[in-house]
Amino acid sequence: MSQGIVTVCYIGATILFILALGGLSNQESARRGNLFGMAGMTIAVIATILSGAVTSYWWIITAMLIGGTVGLAMANRVQMTEMPELVAVLHSLVGMAAVLVGYANFMDTTISLSGAEKTIHEVETYVGIFIGAVTFSGSVIAYGKLSGKIDGKPLLLPARHWLNLGAFVLVFILGKSFLHGAETGGGMVPLILMTLIALVFGVHMVMAIGGADMPVVISMLNSYSGWAASATGFMLNNDLLIVVGALVGSSGAILSYIMCRAMNRNFISVIAGGFGTTSGGSSSTDEEVGEPNPIDAEETARLLLDVKKVMIIPGYGMAVAQAQHAVHELSNFLIDKGVDVGFGIHPVAGRMPGHMNVLLAEAHVPYDIVYEMDEINEDFPDVDVSIVIGANDIVNPSALTDPNSPIAGMPVLECWKGKTTIVSKRSMASGYAGVDNPLFYMDNTRMLFGDAKEMMEAIHKAMTD
Amino acid sequence: MKIGIPKEIFPGENRVATTPDVAEQLMKLGFHVSIQSGAGNKASFTDSAYRDAGVTIRKDAETLYEKADIILKVRAPESEEVQLFNEGATLISFIWPAQNEELMKQLAEKKVTVLAMDSVPRISRAQKMDALSSMANIAGYRAVIEAAEHFGRFFTGQITAAGKIPPAKVMVIGAGVAGLSAIGTANGLGAIVRAFDTRPEVKDQIESMNAEFLELDFEEDASGEGGYAKTMSKEFIEAEMALFAEQAEEVDIIITTALIPGKPAPKLITTDMVKSMKEGSVIVDLAAEQGGNCELTVKDKVVKKHGVKIIGYTDLPSRLPTQASQLYATNIRHLLTDMTPEKDGQITVDMEDEAIRGATVINKGEITWPPPPPKLSAAPPAAKKAEPVASTVEEPEQAKPLWKQLMPVGIAAVAMLWMGSVAPESFMSHFTVFVLACFVGYMVIWNVTPSLHTPLMSVTNAISSIIIIGALIQVSAPSGLASFLAIIAILITSINIFGGFGVTRRMLEMFRK
Repeated sequence: MSQGIVTVCYIGATILFILALGGLSNQESARRGNLFGMAGMTIAVIATILSGAVTSYWWIITAMLIGGTVGLAMANRVQMTEMPELVAVLHSLVGMAAVLVGYANFMDTTISLSGAEKTIHEVETYVGIFIGAVTFSGSVIAYGKLSGKIDGKPLLLPARHWLNLGAFVLVFILGKSFLHGAETGGGMVPLILMTLIALVFGVHMVMAIGGADMPVVISMLNSYSGWAASATGFMLNNDLLIVVGALVGSSGAILSYIMCRAMNRNFISVIAGGFGTTSGGSSSTDEEVGEPNPIDAEETARLLLDVKKVMIIPGYGMAVAQAQHAVHELSNFLIDKGVDVGFGIHPVAGRMPGHMNVLLAEAHVPYDIVYEMDEINEDFPDVDVSIVIGANDIVNPSALTDPNSPIAGMPVLECWKGKTTIVSKRSMASGYAGVDNPLFYMDNTRMLFGDAKEMMEAIHKAMTD
Repeated sequence: MKIGIPKEIFPGENRVATTPDVAEQLMKLGFHVSIQSGAGNKASFTDSAYRDAGVTIRKDAETLYEKADIILKVRAPESEEVQLFNEGATLISFIWPAQNEELMKQLAEKKVTVLAMDSVPRISRAQKMDALSSMANIAGYRAVIEAAEHFGRFFTGQITAAGKIPPAKVMVIGAGVAGLSAIGTANGLGAIVRAFDTRPEVKDQIESMNAEFLELDFEEDASGEGGYAKTMSKEFIEAEMALFAEQAEEVDIIITTALIPGKPAPKLITTDMVKSMKEGSVIVDLAAEQGGNCELTVKDKVVKKHGVKIIGYTDLPSRLPTQASQLYATNIRHLLTDMTPEKDGQITVDMEDEAIRGATVINKGEITWPPPPPKLSAAPPAAKKAEPVASTVEEPEQAKPLWKQLMPVGIAAVAMLWMGSVAPESFMSHFTVFVLACFVGYMVIWNVTPSLHTPLMSVTNAISSIIIIGALIQVSAPSGLASFLAIIAILITSINIFGGFGVTRRMLEMFRK
């Protein structure tokens, strides 16, 4: 296949990828979008394989077969509650691949460049490997934190900002020595040293970020994996990689931005780490605000049976308890009784952007009764009962009322403006931000203690009896 | 244990201490329940309804008292009723121990254990047994209904073929449970409602019920212990009276609910204010029992003074007997549930439990009233005057000088120019593509609906495996190590491609309307 045809194929693939992302703008076109993505990938891979540069077909086919089987098996087996973990793993693979391709390219002696072009090429290789390595180790740590294998609390080393700065300076110095070495055919040692520093840097960066900031971390790593691909594209003089990398990179960057805005936090401060570390002087947590009012499943059932409008607010606790199916059955029952049931989703509910939507979709909750925070926050005064399931910080009124609170200014679902709020929770423990929640002590709040799934089933049962 | 419910003998009392529904639930707690014949008639609960619920009907009060360990009542017993009690029995009812010392002595002599529903402490946990609140709620509702009966016009405004009907203007003084209930009811009828309270923290509650909060330009917090109001300073009262005088000329209906525990009701509506009101206006005085908030109120009567009808009923809950009985019975059931933790029909008076300790005014003949004061306020103290912070956070951003906003742009421009001057042509063409692609990505991603953010991440993840192309090119390199690395890269990116697209497909399949 001639280079011209390969380029045409690449253009086609690029358009398909853009259409794939565009398709996700609503649920109807999303499935088609995914198909576009697959088609784009197939065209790009086949065109590359058939181009003159590739000869070892058997190796490629074997590797792809093994990889494809593993990938499909993972895709089919993963629990929807474990989506954040899977995404983190997949990110780490992209990072790893970027590092490997970078090294392979550096060792490839067939490329002959000179002067400024050569220097630029080396810089691209260096940068590509750096981003790849950070993505890889960062994602691995993110996976560990999400799956609970590593403590979710932020690890804050003393002088951590200086450590990061030092690492950067070191990477810069190593870069100079790498460029100098590469001119004479060497440079491998600084490259390996830099990779090690990048790996440590990635680990340190994610370790310093707490559990509630995970949605930002995940989307940030998503962005990095894109930039890694883009850097590889520069290195290989391949526009397809550059374009796709840029698409993915900006996508992740926008998601990070949306997540940060939803928490009213500065992107830099999230990345620099440490949620809840500035919460030293919170005024309202010290004083006794009252006792929570408990309620049991039967009473909840009775309460729910004669109301008109119910809003369900799920949080990470619903995912942990695997309660989404029980929640769906309960909501279906209420809908059949003529109750207006809606779901209110906070942008950072769960551990990755859109996590709750996926869980509700898995339980077959129709997506047209699932609302974003901005859509329904105004409606709470009309809501008779809000059911908060395993959520805490996203319904914390002190975000709006207490300027000393660590989550001050974060937009929250204002369920306390409704007539009654029922909070299903295992205990009175505070959320990831470590802040006490005045909602639990409000007069119109009732606490339904227990496992979310069991409680939802108990309410449903009490209603049918 | 056996529960007995006598007929209320107080004249005009229509309520009954338990309903058939609640009786059924009491039996689930292990109690035996009996009721005096006809006790529920005035509240529309017939003997047969009780019988169907499994309650034993006793023909007269003597047999009922004789065969009961626990007596549930609404009104405090009269002295002839006290004589009927078994020695060591338990009584749950309204008592008002402060006003009824003689009654307390009589009951103590009988070695009766008495739980007074009016002494249940105002702590959050005890709200479910707070009969004062449930009765106040009914009183507030009924107050509006009484006002409507004596008011000669509509509450709601209308434009009809026969002309325009202006809405009634209602002022509610005191936004406690009764006040809020009155606000809600008047609003429901379509009136324009204004409300005043000395406690600033109730402002939100008033506004949440679509009423206007009448504000005094005066700093003083009236939140007393236990969520009740306290007496205010002289200056404050003057400012308050001026406000009422101004409002009296304007509004059609005034509902007053101002009470300070243990003191006569404050006089808020003077004769002059009544005179200034429009002909046909109505005042409902919910504080008539304690002397009334209006100077002209006559207890238990409706009087017409200076063209204004002043309603001084003190039995408003009893005027809605079915509802009142049901709420009161439920309050008592909650109390009994807390007292029978084993659900075996045996009550224990746990003096360590703050709610039960507060309600118990006589324990086995020993007067235990007044209880130690409750420490927890039902509403959080009003320390939270802080304005929503959103506005304060945004301000510094707006105040940012122009040069600061332009600085990143300037730095970027300089960096680009520098790069353009040193980098070769081929790099710059790639760079153009890169920048354009970033913008395309930016445009496309903003259109993605937030509910699809997870699929977006998994699909971009799969797409970023386009890096496989790099590996595919490298795999045929002559260097063995390089091609080995490339093969590994192909392997792991394949995992990513198939895994990413696969899981995206699976997720999208689940999104159904």
